[in-house]
Amino acid sequence: MGVRNACALGTSKFLGYNHGRLPSPVIRVGGEARPVSLEEAIERAAEILSKANYPAVYGFGSTSVEAITAALELAEGIGALADNVSTICHGPSLEAVQDIGEVTCTLGVVRHRADLIVYWGSNPVYSHPRHMIRYGPMAEGRFRKGRADRKLVVVDVRKTPTARLADFFLQIKPGTDYEVLSALRAYIKEIDLEVEEVGGIRIERIEELGELMMGCQFGVLFFGLGLTMSPGRHRNVEAALALVRDLNAWTKFAIVPMRGHFNVEGANAAFTWETGYPFGVDFSHGYPRYNPGETTFVDALNRGECDAALIVASDPISHLPKDSADKLMEIPTVVLDPHITPTTLVAHVAIPTAHVGIEAQGTAYRMDGVPLELKKLVDPPPGILTDEEVLRRIGRVVLGVSP
Amino acid sequence: MEVILITGRSLSQGREKEGGKLSEAYRRAVAICELDPEDLEALGIKEGENVRVRTDFGSIVVKPIPSPQAPHRGVAFMPYGPWASMVMNSETHGTGMPTLKGLRATIEPTKEPVASLKELYSGRLR
Repeated sequence: MGVRNACALGTSKFLGYNHGRLPSPVIRVGGEARPVSLEEAIERAAEILSKANYPAVYGFGSTSVEAITAALELAEGIGALADNVSTICHGPSLEAVQDIGEVTCTLGVVRHRADLIVYWGSNPVYSHPRHMIRYGPMAEGRFRKGRADRKLVVVDVRKTPTARLADFFLQIKPGTDYEVLSALRAYIKEIDLEVEEVGGIRIERIEELGELMMGCQFGVLFFGLGLTMSPGRHRNVEAALALVRDLNAWTKFAIVPMRGHFNVEGANAAFTWETGYPFGVDFSHGYPRYNPGETTFVDALNRGECDAALIVASDPISHLPKDSADKLMEIPTVVLDPHITPTTLVAHVAIPTAHVGIEAQGTAYRMDGVPLELKKLVDPPPGILTDEEVLRRIGRVVLGVSP
Repeated sequence: MEVILITGRSLSQGREKEGGKLSEAYRRAVAICELDPEDLEALGIKEGENVRVRTDFGSIVVKPIPSPQAPHRGVAFMPYGPWASMVMNSETHGTGMPTLKGLRATIEPTKEPVASLKELYSGRLR
């Protein structure tokens, strides 16, 4: 058995899909785990979630939109804080889009038309290994045939393997993205910058990049977590969104965020059409409320507000900062995942589920918002259900009706 | 040595996490710190030694690696994972997003070993 056409990450996912599986549902009491039937696990999960005063429902990086909408119905029914992994990824980008707006396009348009590609605070050679070949400078497009038809610009704080492929590389000082983006905006607007350098870069170099961007026929700015995670967060993304908007006075330019976790974009889409908000949605008042910093998972955990959590398709124990992960370990958690992870290993109830896109079909959204139907290729192990089915069963017990 | 610490994806981190986070391959991929070779030399790290990365929020021992992403003097990189999470800042400044890039950190050589995943959670994992 082999994998064709996948990148290194996808190949590993397909070849490793049956490694380190959660073999059966478990209930953990006093740190000791015992295997139980699915029915018993669901009963215990429902008990934990319905007894909680302010449960959190979190995750959704790696499951289908169908499962996510089931989870949101449950979250609404129990007055939970519902959040998804974009809260530690491109949440700030969504906040920035709410302030500035977004001039964007689909990846197909990029492949066929873009003659200038910028990766800012993103290292696709590692994070999205086939991005540059499928949609970026090496892609075969209708109007741009290959690498020679495009210019590649990379802006980063290290000389990454992506940077080594660039025609133009700007190595800025950490934490200076906002200043450099603003300097570019000033140049675009023909405002004189009375400084010699910005972000450790000579002003002439920044002006050179400005000329490149204004002079292209169709430019695209792909940006990553270098903008969303660095000090400034959503303000960094606002500067990038505003720069792209300003460039459209000169030429055609679009911006696309480099989303990770194969369906975090789908989580944002489902959250938005169900609640009106893309992440960080509180249902405790009986209607959806959105206020990042207040109704976001990490903040609620930090303040000790949640007294239980349902985690689906995510491993926050590994990836949240220690203080937040410690808070999560103090409360009872119900975890749905195909694999054993640090999060399943501390869960009070852990339920194995099927791998979406391998053992279960479902809808996922690409980084540009295009929905894709993921296929079921093999059966899951016997007795293993999908996230959607498990969530609906928990919902039926908790809410007493079929959600 | 004082540095700016950033965390992020790496190819081996992404590949190995799909194969299972409890594996030795995953630990080898993420319990590391990439440093500019000139910074490594200035630190005077001996063969087989590790580094202790310390921030205001925690400290962790990881394996130092000469960075393939050099030059970046004064900048240290750790791949996402349970080891990096031990030194990250949970403060979101009202955005929902904790501080996962751009932290001030100190790096010092140490003879201590790199903890296993089990040791990292000091017995809370079963």
